[in-house]
Amino acid sequence: MLDLIKLIRQHGYQAIRDIRSAKPVNKHRGFPVINEAKYAGNWQDIIELCPANAITKNPLTVDMGKCIFCGECEKISSGAIKFINEVKLSAVNREELFITSEIDYIKYSVAAVKSQKEIHKLFGRSLKLRQVSAGGCNGCEMELAACSNVNFDIGRFGIEFTASPRHADGIVFTGPFSKNMVPALLDAYKSISDPKIIIAVGACAISGGLFAESEQLNREILEGIKIDLFVPGCPPHPLVFINAVLDLLGIK
Amino acid sequence: MNCIELKNLQSTKLLEIPSLKVNDFRDDLIKKIKGGNRLVQLFGDKNSERIVIYAITADDNVAQLSINSTQLMPNDVYQSITPEIPSAHLFEREIYEQYGIKPEGHPWLKPLRKGIAGIDNTETPYDFFSMSGDEIHEVGVGPIHAGIIEPGYFRFSCHGEKVYYLEIKLGFQHRGVEELFIKNNSPIYIEKLSESIAGDTVIGHSGTFVSAFESLAGISVSYRVKLIRAIALELERIAVHLGDLSALSTDIAYLTGNAVFSALRTKVINTTMAICGNRFGRGLNKIGGVNFDITLEQTNGLLMMLNKLDDETALASEVLFSSASVLERFEKTGIVESEVAQEIGMVGPAARASGISIDIRSDHPSGVYEYYPHYKLTLNSGDVFARAYIRFVEIRQSIRIIKEQLKNLSGGVLKQELTELKKESLVVSLTEGWRGEIAHTIITGKEGKIKRIKIKDPSFNNWFGLSIAMRDEAISDFPICNKSFNLSYCGFDL
Repeated sequence: MLDLIKLIRQHGYQAIRDIRSAKPVNKHRGFPVINEAKYAGNWQDIIELCPANAITKNPLTVDMGKCIFCGECEKISSGAIKFINEVKLSAVNREELFITSEIDYIKYSVAAVKSQKEIHKLFGRSLKLRQVSAGGCNGCEMELAACSNVNFDIGRFGIEFTASPRHADGIVFTGPFSKNMVPALLDAYKSISDPKIIIAVGACAISGGLFAESEQLNREILEGIKIDLFVPGCPPHPLVFINAVLDLLGIK
Repeated sequence: MNCIELKNLQSTKLLEIPSLKVNDFRDDLIKKIKGGNRLVQLFGDKNSERIVIYAITADDNVAQLSINSTQLMPNDVYQSITPEIPSAHLFEREIYEQYGIKPEGHPWLKPLRKGIAGIDNTETPYDFFSMSGDEIHEVGVGPIHAGIIEPGYFRFSCHGEKVYYLEIKLGFQHRGVEELFIKNNSPIYIEKLSESIAGDTVIGHSGTFVSAFESLAGISVSYRVKLIRAIALELERIAVHLGDLSALSTDIAYLTGNAVFSALRTKVINTTMAICGNRFGRGLNKIGGVNFDITLEQTNGLLMMLNKLDDETALASEVLFSSASVLERFEKTGIVESEVAQEIGMVGPAARASGISIDIRSDHPSGVYEYYPHYKLTLNSGDVFARAYIRFVEIRQSIRIIKEQLKNLSGGVLKQELTELKKESLVVSLTEGWRGEIAHTIITGKEGKIKRIKIKDPSFNNWFGLSIAMRDEAISDFPICNKSFNLSYCGFDL
C-alpha cells in the first residue's frame, strides 16, 4: 500500500496542460519550409533522392501527402528545404498539402484546417471515432493510440476511439489500403451512420506512401469516399493529429 | 559436405551453397533439427524456370548457420517436413502459396496471406477447423478488432467459456513488402522501406537490413556506428516492453499500471526522438552508418534519464507484481510448455519465458554485442506472468547495456560511401529485436542487385505459440494472453 502511494506520487501529473501550444522534442521534422532560391545544385538529384516521390519542380514542391519526413532532401538542399518543428501540418483539401516557396507556415497553419459551423455544432463537444488499419505498419496505429494516453489525453476534449463503428461519428484510416483488408474496411465505413467524418492519417493512407507502387493495394475504393481531413506524417506525432482534429471541430 | 557453414552476416557465393536432391535435403533438415539445431528460414527463390529452396538452420551453441538448397519446379510435389518438424509448418505453407510446390502430407495446408471468402467474396473459402457437439460454439473475432490495432482474424472453438482451439488467420496487412525491395533498388528507398516492415520494430528491422546490405557491399562500419545502433535497439526494446506492461495492466483493469508504464514509455520514445527526430527511431539507420550522432550533452541526458527510469520502473513493477489481483490473473494463465515452445520454434522473450535459452545477442552476436558479453535471461513457468515479468527484467538489463555502452562512445566516422554489392551472393542477417529473432536473407543477382529478400519477423515463429497458449483457457483470458505475446500482424503479412 505504501509503495502504491509512493508510485502515484512519483507518477505525478503527466498530462500536457496546454496541448494547443505544446511542441514535440526539438528534432521533430514537421512542416517543410521551402526557399527555392537557395538551391544551386541539380534539381534532378533532389527529386530522384526522395524515397516517397514527394518532390516536384517548377516550382519546387513538397507534397506532404507523400512525404515521409525522413529529412534526406534537407541534407542536400543547401537550405532550400527545411523541416521545422511545427505540428499544424494537416489540411482539409488534398491540394493544400503541396508546399511551395509561396506558402509559409503561419499562413498555412491558420488556413489549412478551418472548422465549419455545422461540424462544430454536431461534434464540437463529443466526437467518437473508429480506427481501421488496412496495411498500416503499426506506426500510425501506435501514435493514434498514444493520443488517448495519460500524456496527450485527447479524451479531455470529448474525443474518443470506439470499439464499434456503430458507436462512431467518424472513421480514421491508416495504411495504404491493402487488397485483403479493403472489404472489411468498407463494411466498417458503411456501418457508420451519416453524417460522418473521414480522416486519413499518415502518408500511406493519403497517397500509398512508400507502398504506392505495390500491386497488393486497392486504392480505387477511395474514389467513392470524400476525406474530410488529411493528417500527414510517417507516422504523424500525436500532437499533429490532436491539433488537426481540434481545428476541424473548432475547439480552441 | 552437404551444407555450407556461415556466421551471422558472413556472405557467401551462391555457387558454394550445396544443392541436394529433394529427399536428401529433407532428410538432412530433419536430422539437423532433431539434433538440436533451429530452423531459421526455409524459402524459395525463382531462378528462371526453377525454384531454388533454401534451408537455413542455426546451431546456437557454436554460433553457426548452415545453409543448403534443393531445386524444384513450380507445382512439384515432395514429402512434407512438417509432420517431423512442426516449426516448418508456416514456411511450407508459404512456399506452397508462392510457388505452388506442394508438401504432400502437410497437416495444415491452408492459405497464409491470401484473402478469404466471408470477408472478400471474390476469394475462395478458407477451411477453418471446426468442432461440433452439444453446447459447442464458435466465436469469430476480426479482422477489425476493438482497439487501435492492426487487423487479423481469430476463431475460437469453445465449450462454454473454455477454448478448445484458437485458429488464427492473417494476411490482411499483406502489402507486398518483399516485392517492393526488388522493384525499386534505390538505396534510400529500400533503407526507408526496411523501417516500415513493422512500425513497432523500426530499429530492429532497419538494423538487420542495413547490416545485411553492408556485408554484401563489403562495408565495415565504425565502432561508434555500432554503438549508436545498439543503443537505439535497446531503447526500442525498453520502450516497447514498457508499453506492453502498460497494455497488460489495462487488460486486467489495473489502471495505475496502465498510466504509469505508458508515461514511462513516453519518456523513452521522446529520448529516441531527441536523438533522431522520430519517436520510433525512423531515419536513424542508414546503409553505411547512421544519420545522427549522440553528442556528449545527449549522453549525459541519456544517463540521467536511464538512472531515473531504472528506479521508477523498479518501483512500478514492484507494485504491479506484488498485487494479488494482478498475480491472480497472470499466474498459470496461457502456459506454453518448454518442449512445445522448442518444437514449434518460438523465439524471443516469449521463448525465454518458457525456459528456452535463446537470444541472438549472445548466440549469434554482431555489432557491439561481439565485444560485450550478454547474459541470457530465462524464466520457467511459460505463463502470462513469465512473459510479463521477463519484460521487466529485460528492461533493466537493457538499461544496463546502454549505460555500459555510453561509456565506450569513442570517435569514428558516422557514414561510409556505398560500394557495389557482391554478385550472385547470399547473406543472412540476424538481430535480437524486442520480439525476438529478426532474420533477413538477401540474395543478389548477376548485376549485383537485390534479387530476392526473405524477411522473417519473430511474429512468424510466435503466432502459433499464442494458439497453443489459449488451449483450455477461458476465452476471457484471451486479451492478456495476446498482449503477453504482442505479435506483429504486418511483420507476419509483409
